[in-house]
Amino acid sequence: MEGPTVQLVVTCLVDALAPQVGRATVTVLERAGCQVEFLAGQTCCGQPAFNVGMLTEARRMAGHTLDLLDVTQGPVVVPSGSCAAMMTRHYGELFAATDREQQAERVGSRVRELSQFLVDDLGTGLRASCDGCLVAYHHSCHGLRSLRLRHQAEVLLSEVEMAELEGSEECCGFGGVFAVEMPAVSAAIMNEKLDRIEASGANILVGGDVSCLMHLEGGLRRRNSKIAVKHLAEALAGDDL
Amino acid sequence: MTAQPVTFLGRAEAIIGTREAQLVNQGMRHLTEMRDSAVAEFPIMDPLRDRARVIRLHALANLDRLLSHFTDQVIEQGGEVHFAADADEANEIVARILEETGSRLVVKSKSMVSEEIHLNPYLEARGIEVVETDLGEFIVQLAGDTPSHIVAPTIHLDRHDIGALFARKLGVPETFDPTELNQIARDHLRQVFLRADAGISGVNVAVAESGSLITVTNEGNGRLITTAPRVHIALLGMERLVSRWVDASVILEVLARSATGQRLSSYTNVVTGPRREADEDGPQQLHVVVIDNGRSQILGSDTAEILACIRCGACLNICPVFRTVGGHAYGTVYSGPFGSIVTPGLLGMEPWWELPYASTLCGACEEVCPIRIQIPSLLLKLRARAAAEGRLPGWLERGIRRYTNTVYTPTKWERAKRLAHTLSSPISRDGWIRRLPGRGRGWTAYRDFPRPARESFSAWWRSKRGT
Repeated sequence: MEGPTVQLVVTCLVDALAPQVGRATVTVLERAGCQVEFLAGQTCCGQPAFNVGMLTEARRMAGHTLDLLDVTQGPVVVPSGSCAAMMTRHYGELFAATDREQQAERVGSRVRELSQFLVDDLGTGLRASCDGCLVAYHHSCHGLRSLRLRHQAEVLLSEVEMAELEGSEECCGFGGVFAVEMPAVSAAIMNEKLDRIEASGANILVGGDVSCLMHLEGGLRRRNSKIAVKHLAEALAGDDL
Repeated sequence: MTAQPVTFLGRAEAIIGTREAQLVNQGMRHLTEMRDSAVAEFPIMDPLRDRARVIRLHALANLDRLLSHFTDQVIEQGGEVHFAADADEANEIVARILEETGSRLVVKSKSMVSEEIHLNPYLEARGIEVVETDLGEFIVQLAGDTPSHIVAPTIHLDRHDIGALFARKLGVPETFDPTELNQIARDHLRQVFLRADAGISGVNVAVAESGSLITVTNEGNGRLITTAPRVHIALLGMERLVSRWVDASVILEVLARSATGQRLSSYTNVVTGPRREADEDGPQQLHVVVIDNGRSQILGSDTAEILACIRCGACLNICPVFRTVGGHAYGTVYSGPFGSIVTPGLLGMEPWWELPYASTLCGACEEVCPIRIQIPSLLLKLRARAAAEGRLPGWLERGIRRYTNTVYTPTKWERAKRLAHTLSSPISRDGWIRRLPGRGRGWTAYRDFPRPARESFSAWWRSKRGT
């Protein structure tokens, strides 16, 4: 199958803290028949500054990302619902009534979260497989509510045994800078989520956002939990990792 | 009472992990389930929410006209309307009416705006006895506590707390049976109702076309306090108007289902003017106090949409932060997601600018809001205002500036990633960090942090894919 050429945006967190997720994303996209391009010079979409309310800084970062991507064509694929929502939904607000307004619209309309791209756009037949795995899936809030993602991950994981996770649509408490600004509150929400993940009997936690996952994995490690944590791209890439 | 911590985080830390937090969480989950099933059985809920949004936004856009029409109608019906620019004026107006009518004992139904203006202590300082008659507010008043939720003020207490409180304060035998506790409160309050000179109520919806005041309760106390005493004073937040009765009916339907999962509240009490000649009961005087107290300022700002709120509490019930810390952490009567937007608007950015940051921006609030208020987007607007006004803590502002400068220049970003990996060497084990320095301590107080990678993704791509 000959797929499209895609621009991969890996996000700052994947680039610096979880490069294996970026590599898995490349593997999966190529297996789905895509030509993957990656622009050196990409850094951060600007969400941290935007969420804190520092709009000048957010515009600088977002402008940098827009300039970089605007010279390319085709789908922009991001292995994060949160960063994809930033680019598709908030770039427009950020640059409303400025000379970047059209650029934000042009680039934003090309952005796809990974599972959305694989299932909705490509209709891929790729499915994760994993013997002996019982998977709990964490639906990250921005993917779930800003991008209306849910069934995409379920389709991709349809051949894997899934655990029943109570409150699977509830926030994990990460919240970006919130996790550092109000750590006790963030951790209390996280601990309720972790209790439920443990109660589900799952031996592997999968999600679509490295941000929530590193928060949850960091918490599971503190509990000496044996539950493994994987990004959806890693679950799909399987043995090629 | 010991001094309260001055920040949201300080108050939250004092509550997290306590019985209060546990009771709030249970209560919120229960209310959310009730709301969800009431919405699920009602196929027209979503179109009705769209309608309710149009009604409320229309009312805000035409508030001058509605207020003026409402005022004419109340006067026509024989009532009086007073305008209060701020809390002090509102309190003075109420105290003056009570003084002029010789009222010494006042019964109140639930009114969050009275909490907002701190009416009870104001009146008590002037020798007026004020008794809350909503069961929850009655308990809060007896306990010397404050409401922890706008709809369910005692959600942080259970029947054991209340049984012990009644025994202590009312001198009744201790019981933990909810029916008996209800009966105790009822017997106590019935005596007060009969003696009261004046009743003070809030207003859920005011109808401009007829000058009517609608109050919903589940206990019927609202009906008693607006009929038995000689004088009725209604406190009306300036924004709580709708044009017509058909509009009010839409609001009442989405309100009850969203707040408590009911089809309608048990009592929908409508007051249109004071007692007329032929009426068998009702107050001789009706006073409506229309309270601005910062609302005009919100109306003229980029967060005006929050004034469309009908105070159902659904956003509190579903909020992961509210569920974890409860209303007391917010330090003011309007808590949770909507409160974090209303409070800085009503009371000023200092010190309330921090409330919009008490959110993970998960968006669950917007999904349940019966008016579809874009809560996360309004929180972000207030955050932007706080940042523009230079209110952010230095570490955060500097951190974001530094981060921006780094990621804006790809070569600096490359260097920063390599440096972060090298510097984290002594504090890492198995690719994870147990204790971060500086502000990172907050993170690692509760969870490990991943060690920055030896080879970043972009470095890998460069070496393996050669661009």
